[in-house]
Amino acid sequence: MDLSRLIEVYFNAGVAWTYLPDLLHGAWVTVSLSVLVIAAGLVLGLAMALLRLVLPRWGVEVMRLWVDCLRAVPPLAVILLLYFGLPSVGLSISAFWVIWITLTLILSAFAEEIFWAGLEAIPAGQWEAARSTGMTQRQTLADVVLPQAFKICVPQLTNRTIGITKNTALGTAIGMPELLNEAQTALSFSGNATPLIMAAIGYLIIFLPLMALAGYLERSMSWGKTA
Amino acid sequence: MRPILDIQALYKSFGDAEVLKNINLKVGEGEMVFLIGPSGSGKSTLLRCCNRLEEPTSGAIWMDNTNLLAGDTDINRMRQRIGMVFQGFNLYPHMTAEQNVMLALRRVQGKSEAEAREIARRELDRMGLAERFGHYPSQLSGGQQQRVAIARSLALGPRVMLMDEPTSALDPELVGGVLEAMREMKAAGMTMLVVSHEMRFAREAADRVAFMQAGEIVEYGTPAELLAREGGRARAFLGGEH
Ligand SMILES: Nc1ncnc2c1ncn2[C@@H]1O[C@H](COP(=O)(O)OP(=O)(O)OP(=O)(O)O)[C@@H](O)[C@H]1O
Ligand SMILES: [Mg+2]
Repeated sequence: MDLSRLIEVYFNAGVAWTYLPDLLHGAWVTVSLSVLVIAAGLVLGLAMALLRLVLPRWGVEVMRLWVDCLRAVPPLAVILLLYFGLPSVGLSISAFWVIWITLTLILSAFAEEIFWAGLEAIPAGQWEAARSTGMTQRQTLADVVLPQAFKICVPQLTNRTIGITKNTALGTAIGMPELLNEAQTALSFSGNATPLIMAAIGYLIIFLPLMALAGYLERSMSWGKTA
Repeated sequence: MRPILDIQALYKSFGDAEVLKNINLKVGEGEMVFLIGPSGSGKSTLLRCCNRLEEPTSGAIWMDNTNLLAGDTDINRMRQRIGMVFQGFNLYPHMTAEQNVMLALRRVQGKSEAEAREIARRELDRMGLAERFGHYPSQLSGGQQQRVAIARSLALGPRVMLMDEPTSALDPELVGGVLEAMREMKAAGMTMLVVSHEMRFAREAADRVAFMQAGEIVEYGTPAELLAREGGRARAFLGGEH
């Protein structure tokens, strides 16, 4: 194997320098889109889980159907459908917002499932203890049940959030200039693989802190337990 | 004696199963009344009806001239005056002992942080937990956890305490501390309605004992009266080892 050839193709400083601004721009798009997806997806998922506490039976069934559909469908299918399908009914949404809507809905569906499982895992005795002191249902939820449910949810939420947010890279399929798309463009112009390596490093820089944050959250909720 | 809790013609069904049938019971001020009886006889259900964790089917429960079961009764307000202690403690695991006690003081009674803390520390101190303010439930023994739970109830200044098998989940060597706390509460004039299998404690400390069977109170009296009643079903129960 020719080491200098390897370095020239994959770690080419000149190429890196040339395309750095484009890649940085792509990274910025990826980061802002990710933040918006995570914020909206988690809030919507939590709202749906809370709604489920008060919905009548048929309402819960409708919600479950909606959630199951979103969990079953491949994100790319939804993205293509919205991007190429909607204009034919007179509604066109930019690539950025198509990705945002799709990933937000999908993340919210998974998050709803996870939050709901967390809420259900809290023993009835916790509700009863709080209610027996005169706390309302809402106060009990906010102060007693949700903090404990969150703790249960963090590991799964982290996995899902990262897994789904990485799908911002699907933006490349509809020509949105996010990180991977910029890297691909740079690749085809330069004929050099260095931009792909840079994109990979970029994804690491974006997502590793998210995992660290989740780890920190889990540790900060040990509540006296050492293990 | 003026009753604090006056239960009248109380019925409770779960679906087709009638679990409480025509319960009538008065608990006087400062009295310690024990509910005893076989498993499934409805003791817990009766206790839980008294703060409406269970909704009775019919009847009345009077407390301070308020019928707890009336439609316009603000049950959250009344619950501050009805403490409840559970078999499984039900402490909030994400809060320290002090925070467990402070929560309802803050949220329900609207006390300031400083005032709530002061009350919490006083109550925990009374329960012999002065060194444990900052401990999480997972760092406390079962007996300590149950005493935190008692402090959590007492902090709200209840008129009556409902206790459902407060020592049943404890290792034998930890039971004594909780019983001691109950003795002190009684000595301080607290009114208590207690479900327990601690028969020795019942014989010694109870003012009245209600023996339940199949959803009814079938015998009622002082421990001495029940123990003296020839052929009484409560007698064998109350005379038991525990
Ligand atoms: N939520 C419920 N739904 C249906 N049936 C119930 C419910 N709670 C209690 N029961 C039934 O009501 C009856 C009385 O139960 P309860 O828990 O009050 O008995 P208990 O005297 O406290 O018994 P134990 O000594 O075992 O605690 C039992 O037959 C029980 O199965
Ligand atoms: Mg019981």
